[in-house]
Amino acid sequence: MSADRSPAGIRLENLTLTHGRHPAVHHVSGRFAPGSLTAVVGPNGAGKTTLLRALAGLHKPESGRIMHEGTARIALLPQLAALDRGFPIACLDVVMQGLWPRLGAFRGVPAEERRRSEQALEAVGLGGFGKRPVGSLSAGQTQRLLFARLLVQDADILLLDEPFNAVDAKTSADLLRLVRDWHGEGRTVIAVLHDLDLVARDFPETLLIARDAIAWGPTVQALSATNRLKARMMAEAWVEEAEHCHRAA
Amino acid sequence: MYDLLIAPFAEFGFLRRALVGCMALSVSAPVLGVFLVLRRMSLTADVLAHGALPGVALGFLLAGLSAPALWAGGLVAGLLVAVGAGALSRATGGREDATLAALYLLALGAGVAMISMGGGGAVDLSHILFGSVLGVDDAALLLMAGVATLTLAVLAFAWRPLVLECFDPSFAAAAGARGGLWHMVFQALVVVNVLSAFQALGTLMAVGLMMLPAIAARHWAREVSGMAYAAVGIALASSLSGLLVSYHADVPTGPAIVLMAGFAWAVSVLAGPVDGLLPRLLRRRHLAG
Repeated sequence: MSADRSPAGIRLENLTLTHGRHPAVHHVSGRFAPGSLTAVVGPNGAGKTTLLRALAGLHKPESGRIMHEGTARIALLPQLAALDRGFPIACLDVVMQGLWPRLGAFRGVPAEERRRSEQALEAVGLGGFGKRPVGSLSAGQTQRLLFARLLVQDADILLLDEPFNAVDAKTSADLLRLVRDWHGEGRTVIAVLHDLDLVARDFPETLLIARDAIAWGPTVQALSATNRLKARMMAEAWVEEAEHCHRAA
Repeated sequence: MYDLLIAPFAEFGFLRRALVGCMALSVSAPVLGVFLVLRRMSLTADVLAHGALPGVALGFLLAGLSAPALWAGGLVAGLLVAVGAGALSRATGGREDATLAALYLLALGAGVAMISMGGGGAVDLSHILFGSVLGVDDAALLLMAGVATLTLAVLAFAWRPLVLECFDPSFAAAAGARGGLWHMVFQALVVVNVLSAFQALGTLMAVGLMMLPAIAARHWAREVSGMAYAAVGIALASSLSGLLVSYHADVPTGPAIVLMAGFAWAVSVLAGPVDGLLPRLLRRRHLAG
């Protein structure tokens, strides 16, 4: 894992993402600076997951643009609930899925990459779990496993969707240490989070979103009481018969 | 023993051909079945097979029991039902499984009516619905072998993306694994495998060799690859024993093979090492850690 990585920032220009015609993310502009560690917070239904999926290239913008600065490898950690945890696959094989961008469908796994995958399992505290089926893991252990896959993937930009949900304090502390390491290595990390204490403690930057970006900047300012209140009110104001939006696309 | 197991194949060329055809089918179809089970699409193959009947019937009316005609008709009709159901449910906002059920019932009824009206007797109908060893002529055999070869070759390339797409679709998409494309390739493989099974197993039973071994395999392995091997093994055994039963008891081949595969499934549910009923009853002491 090289120390000097290419700058991998993402700039949003008046970005609107929709489900059907309802906006999930509404006219958002701003920048995730290269090497920044940003928490995306906001009420349920505020468009956090949609934004992350769009950054990963899985959701096409309705209008506006997502501009990548430099060519970056992007890794996405989906919500645990989106995973088929009963799927019959061994832990080490899941970790080695992280090699996909380099190996593709058909190339064999070099011995060195296999060793790296085993080391990743150890790094997340799952040493010796390689042959176990995924279905036998608890939620916390599964999240550790997915972090091992991220380690192997070695991406420049990491998108984490609720990485600490449904995991105990010890696990979330261990995983948070990995996130800090990634930040220290100059990777850009963007994480959807709900625990505001954790955000205030460990995430320098915050994007507070409730369809519209309420605040985006240093965490202390973004999470001010006024901003939080504003976010809650925006989220509750769901308009069934909404008018057309007249803001410029 | 020789009379029971070997003699039928030694004596009759058509039985040998049927055996080779079913063996070819047994190495490819159950592997697809494993993925269908894992994607919770166990019924999709069934719908494809039944939906193909009107096309098969049309081929029968025009050309009799000739493999290429039945096959071409079945391919068109099967794809129409599969694609049509998807399009119709999207356009009307209905549920896709309900639309599929409606379409395949309609197709089944239409197919049987067409064969009867077209002067096909009960024997022809039984051949088309339930299969016949006599149906496996040289053309059918080549087709079955070709389909099996193609399927295994494609699966070798599609294996990782398919596993990735089943396990974690978002990750697959974000990593650029093109899961959607592979899914379409996979569905096309299911269609040609179902069709290649028509001649030997009949339209009603064509999926039997695809699904039953795959469902049974869950009780023998904890990983996809192991399940695939188990499914193929069960399918091979069912093919061989099913053909023998069909010959000795004078039962159509389709039901005979499917019954044998069903027997293997029952054994797996009872005695399979993974989540089998018996191993659960014979409880061993829990481990220390």
